[in-house]
Amino acid sequence: MKRIRQFACGLLLAVGIASLGASVFAPAGYDTQFRDELPNAGPSKLHWLGTDDLGRDRFARVLYGTRVSLLLAPAAALLSTLLAAFVGTLAGYIGGAFEKLALAGTDLFLSLPWLFLLLMVRAMLPLNVSAFTSVAVTFLLLGLLGWAASARVLCAGARSIRNSDFVLLARASGISRARLLMRHVLPNLKPVLLAQFWISIPVFILSEANLGILGLGVAEPLPSWGSLLRELESFANFSGEYWRLVPLLLLVVTVTSFQLILSRDEVTA
Amino acid sequence: MLARISRHLLRIALTLLLGGLLAATLIRYAPGFDTDEQQMDSRLSSESIEALRQQRAAQGNLFHFYGRFLSSAVRGDFGHSQTLNRPVRELVGERLPVTLRLMTCGLVVGWSLAMLFAVSATMARIAAWDVATTAVAGLFLCIPSAVLALAFVFLRAPGYLALGLMVFANVFRYWRNLLDKSYAMPHIITARAKGLGTLRILLYHVLPVSGAQLLAVAGISVSIALGASIPVEALCGIPGIGQLAWQAALGRDLSLLVTLTLLVTVMTLLANTTSDLLGQAFRTQRA
Repeated sequence: MKRIRQFACGLLLAVGIASLGASVFAPAGYDTQFRDELPNAGPSKLHWLGTDDLGRDRFARVLYGTRVSLLLAPAAALLSTLLAAFVGTLAGYIGGAFEKLALAGTDLFLSLPWLFLLLMVRAMLPLNVSAFTSVAVTFLLLGLLGWAASARVLCAGARSIRNSDFVLLARASGISRARLLMRHVLPNLKPVLLAQFWISIPVFILSEANLGILGLGVAEPLPSWGSLLRELESFANFSGEYWRLVPLLLLVVTVTSFQLILSRDEVTA
Repeated sequence: MLARISRHLLRIALTLLLGGLLAATLIRYAPGFDTDEQQMDSRLSSESIEALRQQRAAQGNLFHFYGRFLSSAVRGDFGHSQTLNRPVRELVGERLPVTLRLMTCGLVVGWSLAMLFAVSATMARIAAWDVATTAVAGLFLCIPSAVLALAFVFLRAPGYLALGLMVFANVFRYWRNLLDKSYAMPHIITARAKGLGTLRILLYHVLPVSGAQLLAVAGISVSIALGASIPVEALCGIPGIGQLAWQAALGRDLSLLVTLTLLVTVMTLLANTTSDLLGQAFRTQRA
């Protein structure tokens, strides 16, 4: 298992380096149109994965799209984990009516299926926006709406620490509530926080891909895995052009690597 | 039991009211709420445009807006869809049975596959089979549901199979872990050592122990199926609630979205309540 994890880490590292070095590996850029060539051209020395229907280099778009998804999904996961830590830890630590209120709030968020919630809130915001605004809106939404499940886990963790012997002892020795929270509760919740952060990343990558395919994700011309996968809608016309499946392959490899890095206990936590 | 049911119903009603208020708040303050494409229609007279403006202005206050929505909803009037130009009630009435059928078939396929794989992997205890089942379920977890739906369009396979695979992938690992824990219990190890039949152990000793938790996971999977029904219906061309929600989102049909949000919330809460009550009945019977 350790070797598999190391292999998964290596794969993620390779994908990450390739996406960060997109400007080196694909100097043409993601929005340059090669008008002297046919659109939807096959792989060549110039365009390793051919060109798309607007004559843009598909390899460059895959690398830049990977960069967008791979950098912003962890950022969204960080935001949602911080929100979850704030709500969940405080609710579990303070307890009583505040805990009940916070848990009712998380229940409200969890009573709607995740994709449905995303779709609804995304629809409230303008759809006809610039590419960079759409990226920010998409990943901010993921971060702001994805905290509820993690908050419940963190609340349970904080509650069990609050009821533990060492916290009782610390309180008996007159330690302040703020110091108790910062020095004893939060450090003990660190593994749960980290697990929730890692679990959120693949969930957000997949959610962005789903939104992109449904036309509610990152807007053109900026690529992301979601917008690149929209090409699959015309898969029936591909007739053996399997290089078009590279974005999907990359996404599956990346998400699988994240899943492998997490141990079974963390996933089922 | 009756007290428990009424507590659940009260909770559903409260969640619905709060959820509705949240949805109404989002809609009221969504960019573009105050404008209407009709106001730019040159065929309309200035009086008509003024009437439209006043109609919008009347919805300006959030609580007034929500109160009007609730009072109309009680009378069965859920508003008018702007994009499809039809009453929301009619649209939901037409499409709800399609989604329910799709979800029922998908859940049956998903639960059957998950139970089959989980039981076989737990009981067979063959490393290769264990790895294979985990890998298959893991692979489906790593594929976006929209891509899976597209694959089923390409294969000309029914959409409920895609939904079933998504449910299977999400449910399998939890059921597998629950069954693993149950099979490791001392009384089950003793039963196996005494040579009790596999089916008898499963039906009389394992399921009574883990039944309530298995049901809880099944309840959650209804919510997963509802979420997955959006890409499946949208991409497979199935005219259900998921496709309607997608069309409403693309067209920013906000009144339709509020109704669909409330409907999906009711469905999720009812599924969770049912699984909770069944689990409770299971535990009571065991005790």
